[in-house]
Amino acid sequence: MTDQTLSQRPHLTDKESTGVIDWSSGPRRFVTLYLPLSIFVLVLLFPFYWMAITAIKPNGELLDYKNNNPFWVKSPTLENINKLLFQTDYPQWLWTTMMVAAVATALSLFASVLAAYAIQRLKFKGSQYVGLAIYLAYLVPPSILFIPLATLIFQLGLFDSPLALILTYPTFLIPFCTWLLIGYFKSIPYELEECAMMDGATRLQTLWRITLPLAMPGLISAGIFAFTLSWNEFIYALAFIQSAEKKTVPVAVLTQLVEGDVYHWGSLMAGALLGSIPVAILYSFFVDYYVASLTGAVKE
Amino acid sequence: MAVAAAESRTVHSLQQSWLVRLFDYKPFLIFLCLLPAAGFLLVFLSYPLGLGIWLAFTDTRIGRVGHFIGFENFESLWYDRVFITSVWNTLLYTGVATAGKFALGLWLALLLNNHLPFKSLLRAIILVPWIVPTVLSAIAFWWIYDPQFSIISYVLVDVLGWRDTYIDFLGQAWPARWSLIAANIWRGIPFVAISLLAGLQTISPSLYEAAMLDGANAWQRFRHVTLPMLMPILAVVLTFSVLFTFTDFQLVYAITRGGPVNATHLMATLAFQRGIPGGQLGEGAAIAVAMIPFLVLATLFSYFGLARRKWQQGEDND
Repeated sequence: MTDQTLSQRPHLTDKESTGVIDWSSGPRRFVTLYLPLSIFVLVLLFPFYWMAITAIKPNGELLDYKNNNPFWVKSPTLENINKLLFQTDYPQWLWTTMMVAAVATALSLFASVLAAYAIQRLKFKGSQYVGLAIYLAYLVPPSILFIPLATLIFQLGLFDSPLALILTYPTFLIPFCTWLLIGYFKSIPYELEECAMMDGATRLQTLWRITLPLAMPGLISAGIFAFTLSWNEFIYALAFIQSAEKKTVPVAVLTQLVEGDVYHWGSLMAGALLGSIPVAILYSFFVDYYVASLTGAVKE
Repeated sequence: MAVAAAESRTVHSLQQSWLVRLFDYKPFLIFLCLLPAAGFLLVFLSYPLGLGIWLAFTDTRIGRVGHFIGFENFESLWYDRVFITSVWNTLLYTGVATAGKFALGLWLALLLNNHLPFKSLLRAIILVPWIVPTVLSAIAFWWIYDPQFSIISYVLVDVLGWRDTYIDFLGQAWPARWSLIAANIWRGIPFVAISLLAGLQTISPSLYEAAMLDGANAWQRFRHVTLPMLMPILAVVLTFSVLFTFTDFQLVYAITRGGPVNATHLMATLAFQRGIPGGQLGEGAAIAVAMIPFLVLATLFSYFGLARRKWQQGEDND
């Protein structure tokens, strides 16, 4: 029967029976799909390739395009990376960045879980307005907050201390994580919590024993987002930290590795690359959570 | 003795139940749960926002308490050519970069919505520019735009032979502006593409089939099925994109620092320049406050975009 219908409609191919109709054939598909797609991937990834190849080039090759093909490296060297790791404060910067990002993430997750639980599960009069206020808080950009925050930080005596960053990063992390977790909590059936409470668990026990374990994927992706956002943060770190050894990686690479008019492109690129790697590793482990929650957060 | 033990046990259980009951008392629990988040946001977000608006009306400098001077900061900014240039730059930057990001991002999303091998790997690779710290990729662009060793110039001059001289990307006002916009588009495409892809995947194929049966061609299907179905998500992503492009700081600060001769300052970089290294906190705050009307407009747009889909806290949506 099916064979018969198929043979009656010979112009239909396998692909069309899968639901997405696609009548373009080989060469046309190549021009309209694969060609632009490969150009996109090429352009999006080229700067990273360029960063990597510059980081391992010796200075002679780096500044001589006439005799060397700039797209390739003849005698790769680790000198730039060596210089970066052992003649600058780079390890210290990495450590500071990691510490600040980890503590700010932990603080924000703690506050966000509780807030999201209160808004989504302990529904109260006006809970949707609290939710809306948190959404609006995410829309307040750091670019208009850093000047007053700088005076506040100065008054609190936190200027030039990592604590200044740990306390200010949650201003953009908490709204984001709360927003993400509200959506995630909503996807967990409330009946499970009701059962636990009928069996005599208090609300906090329910949160700790039932809701949080179920919300683990949401927590992980909120954590990754928060860590990435704090790792990438620039303007607060630039404005609140002055001493060279306390800077975070993005700020330090830009301000400490450039000496006067001489740009050491090799070590600059090595610094940029090494600073990207921790986030890239984290991201590659959890890429599925990441994409799912990114798309989920936008859909909500 | 046995009586004493029993008594202490009841006292203990009474105390415990009193505590347990307090923690199960809903208003108290709500208060407790909202306290950390609300505390942080009030102290480090709401208060600075108000303080910033106050500072904009004072002549505060670093290390000196300011006095209220009314609209003087704004008046002097009105006649400040650098500030006016920065406003135009910000509008140009936001307009062109957002248009570019959305055109290319939508195109990429449509491409990714096809049957492709290694789809999830491809999606992961495409997100990379968005993951990597902006400043660090901006440094890569700085090197790509180098006047002497630019790889783009090398390809155009020495490989393809389309030009005779190397391009001075960052040394002149207009080339520098376009270079910054290009870098911003590069960084923004992944986010737009992946978010719109999520929207595209929720569109039921049967709608396309119905349109095809009615004789719609590819453009008509895009115009009358894809675009309207994508509108809500497009509105949200657009707002975020406009908001973050408008207040962008990192890319410009890293690549040109507002140069050559203040020609590429955005409002955010100018506010920083005047406020922190320049020490004129009041004037810097005034520049930052001048961004607020634009941001409010963008936020209202987002609110009405979201309202059409009902706010996510609504009782019976989905």
